[in-house]
Amino acid sequence: MIPTHWFLILSAILFTIGVCGVLTRRNGITIFMCIELMVNAVNLTFVAYARQFHQIHGLLFVFFVMAIAAAEAAVGLAIFISLFHHRHTIDVDEANLMRW
Amino acid sequence: MLNTLWLIPLLPFAGFLLNGLFGKRLGKGFVTAVALLASLGAAIAGTIAVVQYHAAYPSGERHVDLVYNWIASGSVKADLAFQLDPLSVVMLMVVTWVGFLIHLYSVGYMAHEHGYGRYFAYLNLFLSEMLVLILGSSYLVMFIGWEGVGLCSYLLIGFYYETDYAPAAGKKAFVVNRIGDFGFLIAMFLMFAYFGSVDFAKVSQIAAGGGIEHWLLTAICLLLFLGACGKSAQIPLYVWLPDAMAGPTPVSALIHAATMVTAGVYMVVRSNALYRLAPNAMMVVALIGALTALFAATIGIRQWDIKKVLAYSTVSQLGFMFIGVGVGAFTAGIFHLVTHAFFKACLFLGSGSVIHAMSGEQDMRKMGGLKSKIPITYWTFLIATIAIAGIPPLAGFFSKDEILASALANPYFPQWFNALIWILGTLAAFCTAFYMFRLVYLTFFGSFRGTHEQEHHLHESPWTMTLPLIVLATLSAVGGAILGWPHRHFLAAWLHPIFPEIGGVPEAQYEISPNLEYGLMFVSTAIAALGIWAAYARFYKRGLAADEQFAAKMPAVANGMENKWYVDELYAATIVRPLEGFSQFLWRGIDALIDGLLALLGYVVAAIGDLLRFFQTGNVRNYALMFFLGVIVFVWVLA
Repeated sequence: MIPTHWFLILSAILFTIGVCGVLTRRNGITIFMCIELMVNAVNLTFVAYARQFHQIHGLLFVFFVMAIAAAEAAVGLAIFISLFHHRHTIDVDEANLMRW
Repeated sequence: MLNTLWLIPLLPFAGFLLNGLFGKRLGKGFVTAVALLASLGAAIAGTIAVVQYHAAYPSGERHVDLVYNWIASGSVKADLAFQLDPLSVVMLMVVTWVGFLIHLYSVGYMAHEHGYGRYFAYLNLFLSEMLVLILGSSYLVMFIGWEGVGLCSYLLIGFYYETDYAPAAGKKAFVVNRIGDFGFLIAMFLMFAYFGSVDFAKVSQIAAGGGIEHWLLTAICLLLFLGACGKSAQIPLYVWLPDAMAGPTPVSALIHAATMVTAGVYMVVRSNALYRLAPNAMMVVALIGALTALFAATIGIRQWDIKKVLAYSTVSQLGFMFIGVGVGAFTAGIFHLVTHAFFKACLFLGSGSVIHAMSGEQDMRKMGGLKSKIPITYWTFLIATIAIAGIPPLAGFFSKDEILASALANPYFPQWFNALIWILGTLAAFCTAFYMFRLVYLTFFGSFRGTHEQEHHLHESPWTMTLPLIVLATLSAVGGAILGWPHRHFLAAWLHPIFPEIGGVPEAQYEISPNLEYGLMFVSTAIAALGIWAAYARFYKRGLAADEQFAAKMPAVANGMENKWYVDELYAATIVRPLEGFSQFLWRGIDALIDGLLALLGYVVAAIGDLLRFFQTGNVRNYALMFFLGVIVFVWVLA
């Protein structure tokens, strides 16, 4: 059986990639995908621990997280579509109307 | 009616509401009907009340109609109540009937003016407030009316609000009156504090009961008189009344001649118990009255505006009334108030008729020779002029003569003071005869000096205007003889109950020996005739030339009179401008400093905000970075 810490290392790597993506990219869709990456890294952790401790809570949480991620995707994409309608771009640096 | 006295002021008030709210929409006919009915209703209701009062109280006690307990707080008690007593009755009859006549006159005079509804709304409101003033049973209720008529006076002086002088005159009247009202208020506070009441009967009862310190009575009387000076245009507060002529002429007749300006006289008579106990205050009243009578009369000699002459004449005649009440001849003061209401209302309405005929011209230099063009106006005006000049047997003669005789026979003051008052009053009476006949000769005699257009338009006024003139002229002719024939004095007998007997104080209606009285009658008739002759000699043939000659001979005196002895300028230099300067200092200095301090607080907060906003880049990724760093630090610390 694959030891649990391998999953955790993979999860940490995925999460870090996600964070770097969010911090560095300007394209809204890319940032969005990076957030998905972070969410799924967390999911992986849940699943790994659920397997190790033979508990169902972790698996359950994964479903919650997936549902929320889906809802978030719907809202987020709607925002970006709306942004594109108004500004013809999805570069988040361009969305600075409220800035002083 | 006696138990619904409040209805009398309420009727014109209803007229005010109707005309004020709906007058513009419902048209002139409606306004006229409402205004006339309201004032006539008040007059009839008042008359019924008087008849019932006389039947119920044949010996002239006081009837009080309590509406409700207005203020009841500890020892301070004041009711909203109306009263009828012989004095209120006299005032009520004068105010309502003269008021109605002037309403009627206004229908003709204001027919072509803008703001017809507004005018009658104000006029009705004035009548209502004046009735509150004279029917109130305490100083407090009187004060309501006092302020109310002040407001109406302000509104009606500034009636032609598009001009620049009328609103200024209104403001001046209001501000000057505030100074007087301040005195009235303090006097009321003193009464509350020391007597515990402001009810007329209670106050005079307490005062007459003795044990009240002399300084307190004197202070109350002088403060009340300060109020009277404001409202009744006496030195030093008379300056507003001549300016008040900016209002429509019927207003000058009703408010600034016949009724409102006599409120001060009424108040002093109302407080006769207080005044009789404070002879020092009475001396002040008499002296101020005498000085005002003479001073205003000299200004009236050299005015060109027909209404200005009458305005100064009013100030002067009010001075006469104050001589009367000041020397303790309260009856004579009220008598002159009544006759003055007749002849001065007639004169003002007559001048209004002249102005109407002259298409709005008020300058006597442009008039002349109107005698045959407007005969009714001329004859009524002439009768009223003879009445004011003091020729027997017209009204003014009896009242003025009684005042001067009382001044000489007065038992309160030293002889030299009596003589001084009498001399001042007699000089003023001479001036009165002179300037009034100057006015008549310049206006009605000689040749016409106006433009051709004005001459073409000359016309007698409609019946709504001439009828009040005729009625008032008749009253000016016979009113004095009916009301106050010497030694068979109707008014004196009628007013007798309002003067309480006070121990150690002379009677309010003291005897004048017949020899003195008839002798003085001869003297004052001679003085009046002399004044008329002087005016005749100067102005009958030569007209304006006589005035020019006078100016050439004594330029300093003529200029002084023409410029009202520079009193307005004096006040401007000593009071108005320093006050304005001080206000400017407060505004630009103190106020700016306070504002600056507060603004500084605001600037500090804004500056801090300016610094902090650099952290709010608006860049989501920056926030996210901070967020992650925060999480890392958080986990680091926890671990």
